[in-house]
Amino acid sequence: MNHAVNEPRSYLDAPYGVASWLLTKDHKRIALLYLISITVFFLIGALFAAGIRAELMTPEGDLFTADMYNKLFTLHGVVMVFFFLIPSIPATLGNFLVPIMCGAKDLAFPKINLLSWYLYLIGATLTLGAVFMGGVDTGWTFYTPYSSMASNTNVTLAAVGVFIAGFSSILTGFNFVVTIHRMRAPGLTWFRMPLFLWAMYATSLVMILGTPVVAITLLMVGAEAALGFGIFDPRVGGDPVLFQHLFWFYSHPAVYIMILPGMGVISELVAAVSRKQIFGYSFVAYSSLAIAIIGFLVWGHHMFVSSQSIYAGLVFSIITMIVAVPSAVKTFNWTATLYRGSITWESPTYWVIGFIGLFLVGGLTGLFLGAMGLDVHLHDTYFVVAHFHYIMVGGGVMAFLGGVHFWWPKMTGRTYPETLGKISAVLVFVGFNLTFLPQFVVGYLGMPRRYHAYPEEFQILNVVSTGGASVLGIGYLLIIGYLVASMFKPRNATANPWGATGLEWDIPSPPTTFNFEIDPVVTEDAYNYAGRAQKTGDN
Amino acid sequence: MQSTFPLFPQAASSVASEVDLLYFFILAVSAFFAILVSALVVFFAVKYRRRHPDEVGHDIHGSIALELLWCVIPFVLAMVMFFWGASLYFTLARPPADAMDIFVVGKQWMWKVQHPSGVREINELHVPIGRPVRITLGSEDVLHDYYIPAFRVKMDAVPGKLTTMWFTATKVGTYHIFCAEYCGTQHSGMIGQVIAMEPQDYEAWIGGGRTTGTAVENGERLFTTMACITCHKTDTSGRGPILSDVFGSTVDLQDGRQVVADENYLRESIMNPQAKVVREFQPIMPTFQGTLSEENLLQLIAYIKTLKAPQ
Repeated sequence: MNHAVNEPRSYLDAPYGVASWLLTKDHKRIALLYLISITVFFLIGALFAAGIRAELMTPEGDLFTADMYNKLFTLHGVVMVFFFLIPSIPATLGNFLVPIMCGAKDLAFPKINLLSWYLYLIGATLTLGAVFMGGVDTGWTFYTPYSSMASNTNVTLAAVGVFIAGFSSILTGFNFVVTIHRMRAPGLTWFRMPLFLWAMYATSLVMILGTPVVAITLLMVGAEAALGFGIFDPRVGGDPVLFQHLFWFYSHPAVYIMILPGMGVISELVAAVSRKQIFGYSFVAYSSLAIAIIGFLVWGHHMFVSSQSIYAGLVFSIITMIVAVPSAVKTFNWTATLYRGSITWESPTYWVIGFIGLFLVGGLTGLFLGAMGLDVHLHDTYFVVAHFHYIMVGGGVMAFLGGVHFWWPKMTGRTYPETLGKISAVLVFVGFNLTFLPQFVVGYLGMPRRYHAYPEEFQILNVVSTGGASVLGIGYLLIIGYLVASMFKPRNATANPWGATGLEWDIPSPPTTFNFEIDPVVTEDAYNYAGRAQKTGDN
Repeated sequence: MQSTFPLFPQAASSVASEVDLLYFFILAVSAFFAILVSALVVFFAVKYRRRHPDEVGHDIHGSIALELLWCVIPFVLAMVMFFWGASLYFTLARPPADAMDIFVVGKQWMWKVQHPSGVREINELHVPIGRPVRITLGSEDVLHDYYIPAFRVKMDAVPGKLTTMWFTATKVGTYHIFCAEYCGTQHSGMIGQVIAMEPQDYEAWIGGGRTTGTAVENGERLFTTMACITCHKTDTSGRGPILSDVFGSTVDLQDGRQVVADENYLRESIMNPQAKVVREFQPIMPTFQGTLSEENLLQLIAYIKTLKAPQ
């Protein structure tokens, strides 16, 4: 980089002032606003989790009342799913990177991008309001008729919060799709795009097509409660199972909203830490689309014991088994990418290896639940709890943190202590396994979810789980600690600390407001490490 | 019950060991792939570690043969799991014809059980071993789920309809019953025990229980006291359809549809009579929503099932 006198200032510096942040249209600033907000909600959700794990130390329900415990796991689920996991990677790393990876100055609709952050905040605040008004105890699934007739908690307020936050997610997805279609730099063809863009594209499709369904479902719950339409309540001719169909039609694809971006991050990281072209690029790219599309057709696997038709169950089971294939393809391709790579042992590598390990367990245990006869025993036990935490936290959060560690120098201009980056990855990996591996065992033993008290013979496994959760918590706090501390240090990051390819590494750390001084032209495939080495050698 | 620190559940029904076998099969396949991939990742990461700051990886782009291989192998294995799981599920979904009928009704927060002889119990379920038992499940209020881990069976109790599950207990013993579908404050207190007994012990137990008549007798009484009999007569003079032989028959509806009169149809026709009106009858039947409890309903249906036209 040529450091001229009139060098434009970084996006962090210009302009100054609180208003310039709260009214910013810069996708990078909005990414940071989101990063701060979701971190706050992550901590709130984690606090609820701590309450759950503390209660489960003993078989008796002795720490909280049953009602309080029910509110704790409900709010843990609602906050973590809707206000942390769903926005986590798309709204932070996605917001920051999608325009830069496209070679664009910003997203297609910068004002709508800001609007989506405000919608998210309004939704989250309403839901938090429900907490302060006494909580919600329906479970994050809001199953009727419990949510509509039996619960006298603040279901409506929480549901309105989720409804509004849903629009934030739709707008983000819409912005990404338009940006990726219309604003790619000259030469950046679809098959030259970084795989993160493919993953964000697939995720956006799910956000746009799935989220309206949950919004409509919540509206119908409201219409039934307020106007007495018989939709879900059997006393007025409704069907409670219909709610489950509508809910999972969104909420199963929502799992892919949480994991597809993580897969995209890992594809970037695997290539960068091994300085190698991704093995089977097009298979990895297409598998994202395959997961997004097939993922819409598997919702009924949540309902094998709900009284849904057994023939419908057959269809959902076979499609569930099929959707395992593209995930397996990705995992094999990441592994093959490492073969004859040049693999660094800096902190991002630790996160990549941790992700692959946890995602493997999460994905493979999905097969147990997709096999119908076995799911009858496992449904609604701790086996399911462990499985989806391996996917959404083991996979999703591990990838998110890997991505944050990888792009932190780019986003903030600062580096963090490498040793702490590695220690925290190990702590999170070990703590996570200690927390959730025992839950597979206690689940197969038959311990149901959402139990405030449980039979004594399940205690030892629960104590191990709580112990593991403490390690996990320390790992997360450590990360927040050193990343926040790095913000108070001078900017010391170089433009390309990892020696990685990609448009984001060709611009300064942190970037300037409009990202590129000269509009970039792309002339090569993504991850062209071999080609670049060739060129350097020739010079 | 069990040891203080079990790692694997007891297997006390005819399907339990079949479910466990599928579990171990998937566990073996999963362990193989998890260990294979993890070992390769760590091995590659160590073997190909960066030895020079400017080093880059080899220029390898992929291999169609390998991609096909790792599409096809997981697909085939997944299909094996699908067929195995599906056949097991169909076994679980279809009770044998000779199964004995027990009615279970879930309500916040207890399980009410009614045996064919009319003996009732709450939260406990006494069953004989070696004999298939078909549970017909109802719910008074919200969703519940009747779960017996030692038998590897569970089924949702859904308000507004009847669901069924079945098992054959194989080992004498006492086993957990859990409510597995979240149902409010005392969800984790909605638990009980299955007591699986030798058939003669079961007969002795059932003989010693107090009863106010069998389910069918109670249903017959309700049929009179609820005045069903005023419209549903045994000849064509009634304002409602004749109910003899109705169970299991195909019924023509006013809107041209046909339905098979199963338990759920009978239940719906009592609770929500306007939903499916029989052809050539007027929609004049009042709803019994709120008048009949789920248990009464089950008795009434048990009675209607016994109605046969005189030969």
